[in-house]
Amino acid sequence: MALKGFETILAEHPVFKGFDHETLSLLAGCAKNERFRPGETIYNEGDTADKTYILREGDVAVEICCPEKEPIIIESLHGGDVLGFGWLVPPYRCMSHARAVSAVRAMSLDAQCMRGKCDENPALGYAMFQHWVPHLAVRFRALRLQLIDVYGCEVA
Amino acid sequence: MIPRRYRVVHVWPELDDVMSMELAPLDGPSPQFKPGQFNMIYPFGVGEAAISISGDMTDPGRLIHTTRAVGAVSSAITGLTKGDMVGIRGPFGSHWPIEDQTGREIVFVAGGLGLPPLRPAIYHALQNRKDYDGLTIIHGARSPDTLVYPEELTEWKSRFDTEVDVTVDHALPGWTGRVGVVTTCLDRALAGMDAVNVSAFVCGPEVMMRFSAQSLIAAGVPCDRIWVSMERNMKCAIGFCGHCQYGPDFVCRDGPVFRYDKIARRLGLKEI
Ligand SMILES: Cc1cc2nc3c(=O)[nH]c(=O)nc-3n(C[C@H](O)[C@H](O)[C@H](O)COP(=O)(O)OP(=O)(O)OC[C@H]3O[C@@H](n4cnc5c(N)ncnc54)[C@H](O)[C@@H]3O)c2cc1C
Ligand code: FES
Repeated sequence: MALKGFETILAEHPVFKGFDHETLSLLAGCAKNERFRPGETIYNEGDTADKTYILREGDVAVEICCPEKEPIIIESLHGGDVLGFGWLVPPYRCMSHARAVSAVRAMSLDAQCMRGKCDENPALGYAMFQHWVPHLAVRFRALRLQLIDVYGCEVA
Repeated sequence: MIPRRYRVVHVWPELDDVMSMELAPLDGPSPQFKPGQFNMIYPFGVGEAAISISGDMTDPGRLIHTTRAVGAVSSAITGLTKGDMVGIRGPFGSHWPIEDQTGREIVFVAGGLGLPPLRPAIYHALQNRKDYDGLTIIHGARSPDTLVYPEELTEWKSRFDTEVDVTVDHALPGWTGRVGVVTTCLDRALAGMDAVNVSAFVCGPEVMMRFSAQSLIAAGVPCDRIWVSMERNMKCAIGFCGHCQYGPDFVCRDGPVFRYDKIARRLGLKEI
């Protein structure tokens, strides 16, 4: 019953919706339900990136810590967003802090389980690459816009 | 063209370096204006600057402008106080064709000080809400303390018939709103819309407008249903001096509001 729920969530998500039923059920085997209270840390920078999350409800602040300063929120994520990319790239470390701003409900996908399935089945690995890269490209594009600080020197 | 005299009847701060003022005409009634048009404001003895009209076009007697101090003229404008006199030429330029978009889903995308030039069109859409299929206002700013018109954004958000999404590029803990560039917010808003039925009005820094237009087009919004507002340095504001030349167009006469497909190729060019 729980697996069926995960499959449906994956099938409706933009990153996974192109996968066939068989692949979705394979990936659903790596899924788990997660809940975080407001203010709770989801992960810290440098932690092992052993999961990636599909947020179902609630808001998450992605933060970067600056020495002797308050952390800066660089991104907020909300229902439907994917949290955590560290699992894709060795040495599989979290690249920022993530903190629940409100009560968060999420589905996590176990990184080792996902990587293991991709190693066993290169076609799945390639399909994962094809589906994750466009998503990453959108995030990188947004990051570039953030980086150039468009409003920093604007007049109107 | 001779400036008409106006009296400053009210000034109020918006941000550290941004001020709004209300002007009352001294030389006969204020001319009607269209949303997106601008005036040349002349603080006497200093010089003129193009500033968009940011008030309600159904109430042209209350002429409102929001100005950021960046140089001599704009600093003189933001330094005006109640009772001062200024010269005004205008209104000039093309406008947001909001009145022609009835039956469509309206999306306003305002980056930073791009909200003041859009506000008259937003007022029109809010006042005539039943004429439109949907109304979404997206406002992006650098940080929470640089959001323009925060009280009005809250008021618009409280309406059941209007979506308001506010996002900042970065924030400190304590901010519970969205953090991310305006295009992220836009992509999310567009996901729930019938893009072919969307008419979008985009105003802000040029890079932000370019990226927003790309997002709109990628989502399926027709490129002849997207409008942007351009800025170039101005002198005469009536198409004589060529100061505001933008490729084959003069921004003061052919703009500042352009349909995106007419300038899309120029938007990406360097040094134009
Ligand atoms: C159609 C139109 C509508 C405008 N609406 C508004 C408005 O509603 N509110 C507002 O605050 N400003 C608006 N502006 C911009 C405003 O006209 C300029 O900020 C002003 O002319 C600057 O004059 P200044 O003498 O104060 O500064 P200057 O001494 O001319 O310039 C000071 C610095 O600002 C830079 N700068 C000047 N103008 C611009 C510009 N347009 N874009 C980017 N950098 C610039 C200069 O390169 C210089 O570095 C608008 C401009 C146009 C063309
Ligand atoms: S300002 Fe003179 S032509 Fe536009």
